Amino acid sequence: MTTNQALFQYCLRLGDTNLILGHRLSEMCSRGPMLEEDIALTNFALDHIGQAEALLQYAGKLEGKGRSEDDLSYLRNVEEFENFRLVEQPNTDFAYVIARQFLVDVYQCLLYQKMQKSSDETLAGMGSRFLKESTYHLRHTSGWMERLGLGTDESKRRIQQAINDLWPYTPEMLSVRPYEKELTAQGIIPDAEEIALDWLVQVVRVLSRSGLHKPQDVVVPPPSTHSDHLVRMLAEMQYLQRTYPDARW
Amino acid sequence: MEKLHDFQRFIDAEEKIEPKDWMPDEYRAHNIRQISQHAHSEVIGMQPEGNWITRAPTLRAKKILLAKIQDEGGHGLYLYSAAETLGISRDEMIAQLHAGKAKYSSVFNYPTLNWADIGAIGWLVDGAAVTNQLSLRRTSFGPYSRAMLRICNEESFHQRQGYEIMLKMAKGTPEQKEMAQDALNRWWWPSLMMFGPHDNQSARSTKGMLWKIKRASNDELRQRFIDKTVPQAEFLGLTIPDPKLRWNEATGHYETSDINWEEFNQVIQGNGPCNKERMDHHKQVHAEGAWVREAAAAYAARKQEQLVEV
Ligand SMILES: [Fe+2]
Ligand SMILES: [Fe+2]
Ligand SMILES: [Fe+2]
Repeated sequence: MTTNQALFQYCLRLGDTNLILGHRLSEMCSRGPMLEEDIALTNFALDHIGQAEALLQYAGKLEGKGRSEDDLSYLRNVEEFENFRLVEQPNTDFAYVIARQFLVDVYQCLLYQKMQKSSDETLAGMGSRFLKESTYHLRHTSGWMERLGLGTDESKRRIQQAINDLWPYTPEMLSVRPYEKELTAQGIIPDAEEIALDWLVQVVRVLSRSGLHKPQDVVVPPPSTHSDHLVRMLAEMQYLQRTYPDARW
Repeated sequence: MEKLHDFQRFIDAEEKIEPKDWMPDEYRAHNIRQISQHAHSEVIGMQPEGNWITRAPTLRAKKILLAKIQDEGGHGLYLYSAAETLGISRDEMIAQLHAGKAKYSSVFNYPTLNWADIGAIGWLVDGAAVTNQLSLRRTSFGPYSRAMLRICNEESFHQRQGYEIMLKMAKGTPEQKEMAQDALNRWWWPSLMMFGPHDNQSARSTKGMLWKIKRASNDELRQRFIDKTVPQAEFLGLTIPDPKLRWNEATGHYETSDINWEEFNQVIQGNGPCNKERMDHHKQVHAEGAWVREAAAAYAARKQEQLVEV
């Protein structure tokens, strides 16, 4: 694998993660527990889709086959998607939305902090741009972790349940892909192992501040394939592009 | 009596009434009704468009639609706050909506059946809204007037973005053009109904005009919208679904068939194609969010206590 091919894969992984998370958040539109939160979640959706747009555009350029960010989003099949399995998990209730977002926010803040220093100018630029957004997201979701963890018995039960159920998907998010090693060695992308260590420390800090506990470590990880959820999401997302291939939107 | 006299003189001098000023009970009630109805319309209006977010055909289109709906939510917030200055809480307003005592715009009780509907809503529904709101910038109640000032720019922007979608669809493949025409066919009449009954049928118009809450009559505003919109449809190469539509050289206005008022009344009374769906959705989301609002309140109360103890 050439450096360009490896970087293409890496940008797909980060781009798809933002695309799918943004899509999940966009499903919350008109479904927030209060109008302020509805607006906030829509805002997060916008940020993630914007990040996906930039990352997938760069991926297309690296690939050099003339695929645009829209081609990559709307015309790939489920097995070609590289997103973290965590972000395709459904919006079961507001606690799941917040827990999922919080776990990703911590990761993305660490990632983008380091990405700012990439030897690749495009990645470095994206890192500093995205960091501002993710820092804001993390402040918001940490606040909700605390409010739900220390709010009522019911909210505590729900947020702990959400964290427990989503926890098994975190090792996959933290794992290092084989193609990353060489890119990290060259200073192009952040060291995923360092991120994983810091991630755990920060997550545990917020959990304990919120009266919540870290779930048991995963013994049997969930299958590494995508879920049925993603198939359904893509069917909906890609519907117009697939049905009317000659149309321009 | 003296007070009422002064109040009217103040209004006639184009001064703004502020929340702390004396006002007749009926003026207060009229404003609460109108502003809360406007706020509910912004919020319920998020549903028909929200329906297409997950199917938006490009990343750019998805971002534009998300941002638009976010704006509408912001308008709702802003208007709820304006109504709250008159001594009603958002909870009370939402309870009135759920009880069927407060209304929202009838136009949001129609389904969105294809992607061109997103264009048609921006072009026609936001277009009609902005026609009304431009005139409401001069409404006599200060907070409402200021809300309109702020909202109008965004609504005009929504209208242009909607028209841009229509343009792409109308100039696209035959199938896209068909979707565009279909959307226009379905949204034209509901958009004209947004302006409300004819002037001679509208019970509240007189007081509303006297107190300068309303600054132009329903029929005036509707005509303004029609005159502006017909040439835009022609530019798109689409046909307005009205065989009697014609330009009247003498009056300088377009003439149209009369609105189907039976349909309008049915939708207002709750029997439109999506009334039940819209209200059920709002009630369900509100009920499902109760535990979150309770948790936030409990947490805030605890923080408050801690502050007091320290
Ligand atoms: Fe609107
Ligand atoms: Fe609006
Ligand atoms: Fe609007």
